Amino acid sequence: MELTRRNALLMGAGAFLAAGLPFRASAAAEDAIAAFTGGAEVGTGDITLTAPEIAENGNTVPIEVSSEAAVEIMVLAMGNPTPSVATFKFGKLAASRAASTRIRLAGTQDVVAIAKLEDGSFVQASSTVKVTIGGCGG
Amino acid sequence: MKKLTGAFLASALAATPLLAEPVDDTLILNEDITLVTRTAAPDHVSDVLDEVMSGWLFRGTETRAMQADDFDNPGMIFVEQAEEVWNTAEGSEGKSCASCHGASEEMAGVRPVYPKFNEDAGEVRTLEMQINDCRENRMGAEKWKYTGGSMVNMTALLASVSRGMPVNIAIDGPAQSTWEAGKELYYTRTGQLELACASCHEANYGNMIRADHLSQGQINGFPTYRLKNTKLNAVHARFKGCIRDTRAETFSPGSPEFIALELYVGSRGNGLSVEGPSVRN
Amino acid sequence: MAKGVKPRVKVPKTAAAGDTITIKTLISHKMESGQRKDDDGNLIPRSIINRFTCDFNGENVIDVTLEPAISTNPYLEFEALVPEAGDFKFTWYDDDGSVYDTTKTIAIE
Repeated sequence: MELTRRNALLMGAGAFLAAGLPFRASAAAEDAIAAFTGGAEVGTGDITLTAPEIAENGNTVPIEVSSEAAVEIMVLAMGNPTPSVATFKFGKLAASRAASTRIRLAGTQDVVAIAKLEDGSFVQASSTVKVTIGGCGG
Repeated sequence: MKKLTGAFLASALAATPLLAEPVDDTLILNEDITLVTRTAAPDHVSDVLDEVMSGWLFRGTETRAMQADDFDNPGMIFVEQAEEVWNTAEGSEGKSCASCHGASEEMAGVRPVYPKFNEDAGEVRTLEMQINDCRENRMGAEKWKYTGGSMVNMTALLASVSRGMPVNIAIDGPAQSTWEAGKELYYTRTGQLELACASCHEANYGNMIRADHLSQGQINGFPTYRLKNTKLNAVHARFKGCIRDTRAETFSPGSPEFIALELYVGSRGNGLSVEGPSVRN
Repeated sequence: MAKGVKPRVKVPKTAAAGDTITIKTLISHKMESGQRKDDDGNLIPRSIINRFTCDFNGENVIDVTLEPAISTNPYLEFEALVPEAGDFKFTWYDDDGSVYDTTKTIAIE
């Protein structure tokens, strides 16, 4: 296949999509994910991320992560200047592998939750949150 | 000039049917008290409004939920801070607010009737003015900055103990001239964009202004915890910001103009429950 | 010690042994992200709560690493098992080295 610029771009995009990662993963996000997973493959499955479709205000966005068998859940905001948001490590007395918090989003972007499950595997979920500019700019 | 601003306004306020209507929802506080967020308009605005609605009805699902629980509501942590101040002696007289007023719960019924005319002082007073009067003349303590942290926390405490009570601001008698002045301000177009409060909050509530859902501009929920700046905001601070955002020259917190405006705007919400501290955008 | 930092925790007063309870926590903290600039255009340095832990009678319930993307006045909600009566200890760690904590006792009904 002729390696035109178009084909190269399509292959690159395809590689991203095949990896299951949000398209515009920054270097910092990739580093954070690699550090968390140790380079292991991330699939889908036992992880739920609940976030509003449209954030009332990007400064305070309520989110929830939950899983049946997660030992640890990492949350990333893929479009923030620094993508890391929080990491939840569940102890022996955690009744559920779930937590809620409120986060800051710099603009419309994907929020990603990656869970490390008891069996050592990794799964992820993502949610696009629209962040808008308010009324009179105020 | 007028044509341009009209066109601008028309495009800025394009109605998006999807999110236009205020929600049909009930505010039950702490699974206990039901707050009135929607009621028949008081007589003096019944010619322009059928119903008055709290800003709560114009916000998103998660924001509304945040206000329904005193723990989820971040404004309440500041109410707690004010409670401590309430019970702490300050000033040359060695008194705390509690020394004269008792427990903060005893102050239920105060917030709903402010701003009001004070006979002895011969002027209309806002809650902030009355607090500072107490501090200066009865506690021998320094006045608080009108929209500063200490003051807004205290007005949040006083609002919180009146939640559920209907706003009931007097518009007649000695308060009438102030009310008229406030009404005139509300309907006067000013600034680069030639907008009056009514342009948005009476003629276009329910519509979207850019991505924001325009409310009726009621103040029964003040002081409000805004998600935007993650702190409590006082009424006069909001007036100032709103006017500045519409590119008009604004007044100062505590000014006669804002006192009059607060009296008038507050009275437009007569019948709605006191909601402060509320959670808004 | 950052100014005006005050923790606030909601824990039921009683539970049956083995129950699951919901715990809500809030701490008033600015969470200065390190992204903002002051009036002179200089970056305001980061200063946040970077870690939160909840332990019950010495056993860990949850351990959270917080980054600057957590909103001002960090809010955390999670569920805990209550095997017996005892004390929930909540600890917040500040970038500046301060540690804030509060304890809530729960009884078995």
